[in-house]
Amino acid sequence: MTSADISTVRRSYYEATGRQRIAALLDRDSFHEWIGPRERVTSPHLKLFDVPVSFDDGVIVGRGTLDGKRVFIVAQEGGFMGGSVGEVHGAKITGVLRRALIDRPHGVLLLLESGGVRLHEANAGLIAVSEILHALLALRAAGIPVAALIGGAYGCFGGMSIVAHCCNAIVISELGRIGLSGPEVIETVAGVEEFDSRDLALVWRTVGGKSRYLLGDASRLVPDDIPAFRAAASAALLLSRALDLENLERDHECLAVRLNFYGDCKDAEEIWSRMGIISSRQVALLDEAELVELAQSLPNRKVI
Amino acid sequence: MNWEQLVKELFPEGHSVNRAGEMLRGEGKVNGATVAVIGTTDHAYIGVELALALAGEILNVIRSFPKRPILFLADTRGQRLSRRDELLGINVYLAHLSSSFALARSRRHRVIGLAYDEAVSGGFLAGGMMAEITVALPEVHVRVMDTTAMARVMRIPIERMLELERNSPVFATEAGSLHQLGGIAEIWNGNLAEHLQKVLVSPPEAVDTRAEKGYARGGRLYAAPVISRVCKHA
Repeated sequence: MTSADISTVRRSYYEATGRQRIAALLDRDSFHEWIGPRERVTSPHLKLFDVPVSFDDGVIVGRGTLDGKRVFIVAQEGGFMGGSVGEVHGAKITGVLRRALIDRPHGVLLLLESGGVRLHEANAGLIAVSEILHALLALRAAGIPVAALIGGAYGCFGGMSIVAHCCNAIVISELGRIGLSGPEVIETVAGVEEFDSRDLALVWRTVGGKSRYLLGDASRLVPDDIPAFRAAASAALLLSRALDLENLERDHECLAVRLNFYGDCKDAEEIWSRMGIISSRQVALLDEAELVELAQSLPNRKVI
Repeated sequence: MNWEQLVKELFPEGHSVNRAGEMLRGEGKVNGATVAVIGTTDHAYIGVELALALAGEILNVIRSFPKRPILFLADTRGQRLSRRDELLGINVYLAHLSSSFALARSRRHRVIGLAYDEAVSGGFLAGGMMAEITVALPEVHVRVMDTTAMARVMRIPIERMLELERNSPVFATEAGSLHQLGGIAEIWNGNLAEHLQKVLVSPPEAVDTRAEKGYARGGRLYAAPVISRVCKHA
């Protein structure tokens, strides 16, 4: 098979592991890992719970090239403790972001798949997420583009959902989910009446990729296909979103308008209907390209 | 300590700090200079409206008063847990708040975060922890999640959770443990006005040194070496 063939074969991003995603996203054989599993840098906090450790602590970090351009890359591994952020896991990501400030690559790709702070590491995980946020925003201020890719089985939740929105751009698939408090957490704390996490249609309407794209919270909606993610990621790194007063005031205005227009909506279907979508079933049935076309035709869609 | 007493002790030269719902805002005088005060009270749950209002206050200071120091007073039980806030994209609102803090810092405002009561999770992460330097009163309670909820989500008995809180700095809820982990730079005891003055005349912290502090204080022995190894790796 030639490389041209590989790029046209559809390959699920959702089903791939973090390592497989990196291998398929970057130029062939260009990935070089930092602190790989052979170095066995594992979490010091899990022995308290008799939980097995992972030799990469659930995150793979390093450098490579994308279309010949030098990029840094981070991939969280949902399969290990839901991609949660502990002390070591977080420090690997912060290390990449701080190094990018010095080495100034073309851009940084964050393949996010995480439930947020690893509860087994509690305060150490919370500080780790804060360190990621600080390092990320310092990169933004320095004008180095960072793109978040979201399409894994565990979604992107907790503090990592804030991290995603501090990036220049978000690329998401229909299967991708992003939100602050996961449906299970809301159900556990606030009750099943507040959020029934087993109502999958409700979950997708609330935190799913299509819903987020329609609201304006993702810059690209792509099929569940690694080559599609690759093309969108490459384009996303070209999007400039300077951390300046003008941009933040525009974001502010858009978020205020969102509360004005949709603040009393109880379900995504109400929001879509106000945007001018006649049938909410339409949203579920359209493929990504059709949905993007529909979104761009809606006169009342107020987005950032 | 309640917020009225807090601002009285911070600003013996006078202040105009008021509350508007769960939000605090106003100005205080330190050595004749003005400090912008923004914050929350009543252990506020941070929902979309409050996050937006707080970001708006920070952007106002940046626009109207270049380089004026900002003191952020944090008292939060975390993000509001509701389906409606999730539907509207509460993470986007908190990212906007975090970005506003970062912009203030990059425009050379001193930004000090003071946790004075509850400091929980998402609310603290996008609020007080986004400051250039985060400090706390000794009586502060720090949490990633409410203890009962955490026990339920982790599926471990509440007794075991409480035992962990007593014995591990990672789970402990008092300010001293967060200090040991490097999450806060200082604990402010005694004369609060003096602490504030001292920070304001000190040089700004150009880089995030929390991992290094956590290492030096013996609370987080892995973060700093791992960050440094990634930075120096071939």
